[in-house]
Order: sequence, then structure tokens, then C-alpha cells
Amino acid sequence: MVPKRHLWIALALTVIAAPVKAETIQVTIDKLVFSPATVEAKVGDTIEWVNKDMFAHTATVNGGWEVMIPPKKSASLTLKAAGAVDYFCRFHPNMKGHIAVAP
Amino acid sequence: MLIRHTAALAAMLLLGTAPLAQAADKPTDPQIAHIAYTAGVIDVEAAKQALKKSKNKEVLAFAKDMVRDHEAVNVQALDLVKKLKVTPEDNDTSKALTKAAAGERAKLAKLKGAAFDKAYVDNEVAYHKQVDGALETLLIPSASNAELKSLLETGLKIFQGHEQHAEHVASMLK
Repeated sequence: MVPKRHLWIALALTVIAAPVKAETIQVTIDKLVFSPATVEAKVGDTIEWVNKDMFAHTATVNGGWEVMIPPKKSASLTLKAAGAVDYFCRFHPNMKGHIAVAP
Repeated sequence: MLIRHTAALAAMLLLGTAPLAQAADKPTDPQIAHIAYTAGVIDVEAAKQALKKSKNKEVLAFAKDMVRDHEAVNVQALDLVKKLKVTPEDNDTSKALTKAAAGERAKLAKLKGAAFDKAYVDNEVAYHKQVDGALETLLIPSASNAELKSLLETGLKIFQGHEQHAEHVASMLK
């Protein structure tokens, strides 16, 4: 007979372990290139852009969110909605990225 | 207008025919560094004129971006020539670019309001296209130092980005 308390702990562990942990996904910006250009993420994950350039960039979704990424700095965004988004740098629209967000 | 076009044509001829000419006509690294630096300075000066004259939010934001990016590129360029112990050397292409830019600034100085905004942004599109072409067909292929070549390649991406940004601003002015 397993003590009731142990069962409770086992149950609690199962509940805690069940939801997939939110991750932080890094996207590096070097010489005006988002790398990787395409990332797969889940709702709740955070994208962290690491800007190695001496130039300010943005990650901008038309009609959606925008993250400012200062030179030699990082900036993050936690993904709130599922779906695929294309983003670009508003200062250098030739810089493009894509995030596929799973529910 | 005529002055600008004549000078621009001179610059394009210089830039455009050089790859077909003999190797001796190819710009040297000190000349390439001077041309690239000059191209940046010209765009910063154009932007500073826009910052003084324009009242349009989009145009002002664009001009600020130009100052920030081109000053950042030129800081990198100066650091690099120092490191390589290269002294940028003035040349006919740099002179033609500077002369054309002075003509453009004089023309823009006479305009006001929406007319200025449109002329400035249209010229930014044309100017960035011209520099993109020079970088792609002449300056990058002619550069012999790998670090200089790499900086020019980054410069090309910056200029291409600005060209698209300028086209976007132009579309918003219509």
C-alpha cells in the first residue's frame, strides 16, 4: 500500500511535468541577416534577438507587433498567439524572418 | 538638374565602364575606401538637410535612420582603414559623387513642404540605387583586402535596405 502522501506527490509531479515548458529561442542578427531565418515555436515561448551589428534593427510584423533591437543589444518577445508570421526589419526591409507558432 | 544629371552620368560612366577597362583602371583599395566613405557622408548631409526642412513624420524618421546607419558604417570604415594603415585617396569618382550631391542639395534647398519631401525621398531612392550598382559591379569586385570587401558587402545590404525603406516612404507620400 503506497502512502497517500506519496500518491499525492506523484500526482503533483505529473501535473507539473505535463505542460511543455516554455523555451527561449535565440535568433542572431549579424550583417543584416536573421539567423535562423525560420523558427518553430509554441505559444508561451520567447524569441530573443541578439543583435551583433552596429546598426539598430527591428523585428516588425505588418499590422502586428514590433520589437526594437538596439545595436549590440538583445531584445525579446513572448509569443502570445498561434499561427505563422512573417517579420522584417523596418529600417532595412530586405531583412526577413519567419516564425511558425504552434498552439 | 542638368548639372546633377551630368555629374551623375559622369559618375555612372566612371563606375560602369571601369570593370571592362584594363586592370589599371580599377580603383585601388585606398580609392574604394574613399568612395564608400564619401557615399555615406553624402547621404548623411542629405538627411541633415531633410531634418532641418521637413515637417513630415515619416520623412523625419527616415532621415534620422539614414544619419544613424551611415554614421555607424563610416565609424567602421574609419576603424578599418586605421587598422589596415590605408589612407583613403580622393579620386574622380568621389569628386563626381560630391559634385552631384552638392547640385542636388542646392536644388532641394529651393523646395518646401510636400514638394521638398517628395524630391528628397525620390532622390534617396535613386541615390541608393546608384550606389548599390557601384558597390555590386565595381567596388566589391575591385576590393583586394578581404576585410574591406566584407565591410563593403555589409554596406551593400545597408544601402539595399535603405533603398527599400525609401521606396516605402515614397509610397506613403503619394
